[in-house]
Amino acid sequence: MEQSSAIRLENVTKTFGSVVANKDICLDIRYGEILSLLGENGSGKTTLMNMLSGIYFPDSGTIYANGEEVSIRSPKDAYDLNIGMIHQHFKLVDLFTAAENILLGTHKGKKDNLQTVVTRIREICDEYGFEVDPYQKVYNMSVSQKQTLEIIKVLYHGAEILILDEPTAVLTLQETRRLFHVLRNMKAAGKAIVIITHKLNEVLEISDRVSILRRGEYIDTVETKDATELSLTEMMVGKKVSLDIARPETEKKLPLLELRNLTIKNDEGNLAIKDVNFYIRGGEILGVAGIAGCGQKELCETIAGLRKPERGMMIHQGEDISTMSPKEILNKGISMSFIPEDRLGMGLAPSLSITDNMILKTYSEGHSPFVNRKKGRSEAEAVIQNLGVVTPSTETPVRRLSGGNVQKVLLGREIKSGPNVIITAYPVRGLDINSSYLIYDILNQQKLNGVGVLFIGEDLDVMLSLCDKIMVLCHGEVMGIVNAANTTKEELGLMMTGAINLTKERTTETKKPGIAPDSYIEEGDK
Amino acid sequence: MIDSIIQWIQSAVAFGTVIMFGCCGEILTEKSGNLNLGIPGAMYMGGIASLAGAFFYENACLTAGSTPNAILCILIPFLCAFAGGALGGLIFSFLTTTLRANQNVTGLTLTIFGAGLANFFGGSLNKLAGGVGQISISNTSETYRTTVPFVKSTGFFGEIFLSYGFLVYLAIAIAVILSIFLKRTKAGLNLRAVGENPATADAAGINVSKYKYLSTCIGCGIAGLGGLYYVVDYTKGTWNNAGTIETLGWLAVALVIFTTWKPLNAIWGSYLFGFLYWLYLYIGLFGVETTRSTISLIQMLPYLATMLVLILTSIRKKKENQPPESLGLPYFREER
Repeated sequence: MEQSSAIRLENVTKTFGSVVANKDICLDIRYGEILSLLGENGSGKTTLMNMLSGIYFPDSGTIYANGEEVSIRSPKDAYDLNIGMIHQHFKLVDLFTAAENILLGTHKGKKDNLQTVVTRIREICDEYGFEVDPYQKVYNMSVSQKQTLEIIKVLYHGAEILILDEPTAVLTLQETRRLFHVLRNMKAAGKAIVIITHKLNEVLEISDRVSILRRGEYIDTVETKDATELSLTEMMVGKKVSLDIARPETEKKLPLLELRNLTIKNDEGNLAIKDVNFYIRGGEILGVAGIAGCGQKELCETIAGLRKPERGMMIHQGEDISTMSPKEILNKGISMSFIPEDRLGMGLAPSLSITDNMILKTYSEGHSPFVNRKKGRSEAEAVIQNLGVVTPSTETPVRRLSGGNVQKVLLGREIKSGPNVIITAYPVRGLDINSSYLIYDILNQQKLNGVGVLFIGEDLDVMLSLCDKIMVLCHGEVMGIVNAANTTKEELGLMMTGAINLTKERTTETKKPGIAPDSYIEEGDK
Repeated sequence: MIDSIIQWIQSAVAFGTVIMFGCCGEILTEKSGNLNLGIPGAMYMGGIASLAGAFFYENACLTAGSTPNAILCILIPFLCAFAGGALGGLIFSFLTTTLRANQNVTGLTLTIFGAGLANFFGGSLNKLAGGVGQISISNTSETYRTTVPFVKSTGFFGEIFLSYGFLVYLAIAIAVILSIFLKRTKAGLNLRAVGENPATADAAGINVSKYKYLSTCIGCGIAGLGGLYYVVDYTKGTWNNAGTIETLGWLAVALVIFTTWKPLNAIWGSYLFGFLYWLYLYIGLFGVETTRSTISLIQMLPYLATMLVLILTSIRKKKENQPPESLGLPYFREER
């Protein structure tokens, strides 16, 4: 096969203060090929690619583009070398329309205006089968639309070398398929593509070669056809691992949290959750499956007390919590960790240190007017130790940690307060495989301790092996609650789209799904 | 009655013009994401620079025994005012963009600095001229206040619309040009992107620092023209240490919020502020008795109007009416 080198990195090193993000990295990116960059969270993949897109400048080492030594000092230099990067956090101005976002900036020798941009967007859309309205404002777009816009943007500017940083982390299965189709088209058109992703099945599906980084160091590059999920994981982690998720058996306990006829409105005033019934027992993991944005966020916020339900009851060990404040609910032992799409948005204060984040929920305890940091520090140390958080110290601001480590800190804090119900939404969003398994282990440990876990997830394979029961939401309605051991991915998929509605089928005069037989709520109570 | 109302309109326009310059300058600055609370300082610096320029030019003419040239009477103070204001903008940009100092603190400091500088040199000029109130830039002031010749023959219409010096119309022109620049040009689009999301602008190859420097310096220069108008027209060529410029400067900053960052709104908004500010002099027309306390209460109205706009825009939650998203935040490319 004839493939010429697009970009070659030699011994590239980058440090942030005392943290070595990249050490002596060598990499070869070729035209007409898709290269996967694989590594755990914090292994320096994004930093490396940011040096190609001109966001960071390497401390030492050499970069060659098309065989010539180059110095990429700014994003503009990267543009001039036809390098286009699609960042994990989209680089779009919310207030602008799609066309305005593309028009932005100055580019060599191009006399474009809004009209020509709109025409060109339509051409690109036709060529690759995208659907984007050039006049739509970005703040009205869905995540996948924004990503499509980012891709159109780099194509518009004539990028020959495309770098995609975790493009599938926020996409649905169908959207991912469409993206891969586009990437294959681009590869066929001779473009060089680098894709950063944690999902090993995607790496095996889409890429031609895989380069692996571990803790900022370059490990190896292998041909995808010679690799397996296990071999890649071992190179990434550096030791033998097992890819099975355990589902320990526990004794059935009384229902901890019961939700009865719960109806919730979203910010726009539409119904987000409609007349939902379910319960969580101690010692079980209840999975919640559903297409993104069908009421998961509103459900979490309501249980945590941040949003008041329109109707219905929330009973915690026989006590109604639907009118309690978030603080009172917290004191009842219900903890929530929600990982939003931007991953830093909820639950942690980014500029505060790990220690300060640990005591965020408990600062008001004790009688002294001064903050007791000693306790927080030892808790921070314990979380760092137990969950393997990679950080220079307990006093490092959380925003300086990589995504996975941030999530470990968040979950670690929620667990240390010893809750009896844990609500966790997308806890492994954007996490590498090793960190994900660590989080599954943590949840299983909590389950064994008798905690009830509500696990709002994305990956059906994971939910099928981790959860005891799975509840499927579709447009805010429960399509059914099934035993994870007796269901299939296909059945869940059909329920997610609303094609099967078990709730409707199984409702009888005397029995309603989602109501525990040994409920705390007396009949006639409703 | 009619005469009073015309007088009220005229003083509202004069008042509005000063703050319209300040407001347009601040809108331009804030669109780049720089929250410059040094606008009153820039107006002070523009004011004193123009006064000094006019004073020395007229004095030189007086010594030489010649009559001051009308064009130079316009040009010298005009350029001095713009340069004086822009110097304030340069100080602010250097501290906040290059050294990444806190914008609020820097802006407030610039206001104090500008006031101090202007009052120091104002005092010196008074001394040079031979005492307080002795500064004479009558030629300059008169040139600036020249109206179109046929005002007298146009009756009420002329008195309301045509009886002002050219700076009044320049302020309106600047507001219109600024609006077109921001909405219709590529440079305007880039500038708004810098203010909304500098990281995105940077990734698109826009020189963020250059845009922040230029918009802040030009914005402060425009604010400096407000100082010029205050000196040569509003107070008719004198200097006092009463601190009126500072009051006007803060109203200009409030007006930016009132306009929801749209320069066209600054045109009617500034005149409205002018009407409200002078209302206490004319409220007698409506049969309201004025006492000390009513005067103070009435002078609060522009601020109340601003608060009302703040409340209304946050209720409506329309993204287009919000301040630029990165307003007040420093930008550093390698920050994580």
